[in-house]
Amino acid sequence: METIKINIDNKIVEVAKGSTILEAAKQVGIHIPTLCHLHLHDLNIENKPAGCRICVVEVAGRKNLAPACATECLEGMVINTNNIHVLNARKTVLELILSDHPTDCLICAKNGDCELQSMAQEFGIRKIHYEGEQSTYREDTSPAIIRDVDKCIMCRRCEMMCNEVQTVGVLSAVNRGFMSVVAPAFEMNLDHSECTYCGQCVAVCPTGALTEVDHTNAVIRALADPTKTVVVQTAPAVRAALGEEFGLEPGTLVTGKLAAALRRLGFNYVFDTDFAADLTIMEEGTELLDRLNRHLNGDKNVALPILTSCCPGWVNFFEHQFPEMINIPSTARSPQQMFGAIAKTYFADKIGVKREDLVVVSVMPCLAKKYECQRDEFKTNGNPDVDYSISTRELAHLIKQLNITFNELPDEDFDAPLGESTGAAVIFGTTGGVIEAAVRTAYEVQTGKKLDKVDFQELRGMEFIREATIDFDGLPIKIGIAHGLGNARKLLEEIKAGKSTYHAIEIMACPGGCIGGGGQPLHHGDSSILKARQKAIYSEDASKVIRKSHENRYIVKLYEEFLGKPCGELSHHLLHTHYFDKTVEIKVVE
Amino acid sequence: MAVIKLSASKIDELKDVCKSFNNDKGELINVLHKAQGIFGYLPAEVQEIIAKELKISVAQVYGVVSFYSFFTMTPKGEHPISICLGTACYVRGAEKIIEEFKRVLNISVGETTPDGKFSLACLRCVGACGLAPVVLVGDKVYGRLSADSVKEIVSEYTK
Repeated sequence: METIKINIDNKIVEVAKGSTILEAAKQVGIHIPTLCHLHLHDLNIENKPAGCRICVVEVAGRKNLAPACATECLEGMVINTNNIHVLNARKTVLELILSDHPTDCLICAKNGDCELQSMAQEFGIRKIHYEGEQSTYREDTSPAIIRDVDKCIMCRRCEMMCNEVQTVGVLSAVNRGFMSVVAPAFEMNLDHSECTYCGQCVAVCPTGALTEVDHTNAVIRALADPTKTVVVQTAPAVRAALGEEFGLEPGTLVTGKLAAALRRLGFNYVFDTDFAADLTIMEEGTELLDRLNRHLNGDKNVALPILTSCCPGWVNFFEHQFPEMINIPSTARSPQQMFGAIAKTYFADKIGVKREDLVVVSVMPCLAKKYECQRDEFKTNGNPDVDYSISTRELAHLIKQLNITFNELPDEDFDAPLGESTGAAVIFGTTGGVIEAAVRTAYEVQTGKKLDKVDFQELRGMEFIREATIDFDGLPIKIGIAHGLGNARKLLEEIKAGKSTYHAIEIMACPGGCIGGGGQPLHHGDSSILKARQKAIYSEDASKVIRKSHENRYIVKLYEEFLGKPCGELSHHLLHTHYFDKTVEIKVVE
Repeated sequence: MAVIKLSASKIDELKDVCKSFNNDKGELINVLHKAQGIFGYLPAEVQEIIAKELKISVAQVYGVVSFYSFFTMTPKGEHPISICLGTACYVRGAEKIIEEFKRVLNISVGETTPDGKFSLACLRCVGACGLAPVVLVGDKVYGRLSADSVKEIVSEYTK
């Protein structure tokens, strides 16, 4: 590696050629403040438009100040990051940004978790010396995401996530000068656009410009209503991240405290989406084997690969962008929706509560789940299978609002029967997990043999596109994995071109899978947090006695008592779905 | 409202324009320029087609359309009226002429009359300063105008 020597604040640093001043400074422990810059190292995602000018530094011999995030180090460069000239310039820049920003921090959804607010605090801003007109724009509320662009500082992080990482292409800077905003095409509202509600824009927004639709008050009302029985389900990735909201180290598993907190909040039954993840494996795995065996027997009508369908952001993506392929993904509903369907039929009957009097709340690392639970096909006579979906962040707010000292809670268990789960279900929370869980069950069903080792290291990792061939007792099964919708697109284009050789593909919309979901505690650009969460997920799996979905005794019981067999008639009705072509057609008038 | 229809033949013409630039997304501004020449404006449908042909998001196309004042999403009238606001025309009373056109047509600058006949725009210097103040209706130039002559010009096209 070629290196060069530079001088930063009178320290000589040897850095790799091509490094930016920001990277070089970090090497010697100098913190240069940044606002628009975002670098998720482990995912190879970087946004550096050098638009905010907060990171300016003085470079000897250069007339103007240089943005550290986008200026490459050159041999012998002499840099000053903290002289009075630099500090004054940064303060001026920040005050100018603040002069066109609402000062309603006290009642902002991002209060306490806002990078602009932290910076104002760090800089000791006590007065904004610039007064004048402020840009205003209408607020846009969709089923999952709220855009309040008055709070936007044009850092363009959301655009980068939407266009480059996810390739969804909904957000773009439009208009010019003072009128410029980040908006969908023709400035339509998000719910009229091709937005997948993956929430990655929300996950990287430094201010309150992009936030989730908050359902915490609706949940509190349901809990306070004596006529309602309220059950809660919590997704696998939540337990690996919730602790961060209470100051715990990233990667701390809080499964027991989570169950305890939900019970203290007043939920009548504290269940686990992991149960439904096991159920998903039964349905999706059966469908996979059925399609695989028919294909192997020469049935030309069966299309392979089969694609997973647990991720609602991904479902929205292919409905909008690949309508010709809506028959390829599995028809299995997501675990959230399977849980809701079972809770409002089997479980409601069991406890003798009418569907209308049972409220199902889900805690998800995801914002697309908010949209998914409102889809018409998941309602019976207008009553949804899942009433409210709240994010990991909203749950943390709820716990704080209800005066629960989270870190001092004892470890408790989930309730039976819908709280029992296996290690296979837990790993749904990370990229590669769903397909590994499916393999554990499909292998045993297909071959009739017992798996000696349930860990499939070849399916794990953080690389965006991974592939592995698993030996099903002489039958090689080729598996693909993609996370991040831009990577999913690559695999879809391959299928479209008839070049795909996979039997099954797992797709997760968010980088990292659900651990990196749009509803998780904000990582503020530190991608090592995602790795820590992933490690936690696998450690929970390893600690479980039962690690294969088909060995979950309550799942076995559910089929015996209620469903019959996987992909049977009742399963089909309750646990499977269909997809819609959501493309916009261009009207041609002759 | 004036409806300017997107005919199949014009859509083909648009696709040919994209092709003539090798469907290169770097040529977006040139494509938009030609497209506005074909349709007179850039309605959402046209932007959708360009986005598809150039394989970019329609949000990006709209980002460029909304950035440059040359591009418009409002259809021009059958007889587009352009009033010169160059220095010579300005000092010789172009502003009064604008006011009179606005009053007679009952529209603002940048708008089109409800019957789709006229649209009003301003431009900077058509290079006929000797004729100031100057107004263009379509390709026809009217010079040495006074506010009184505005009604007369409009009536020429409403017969």
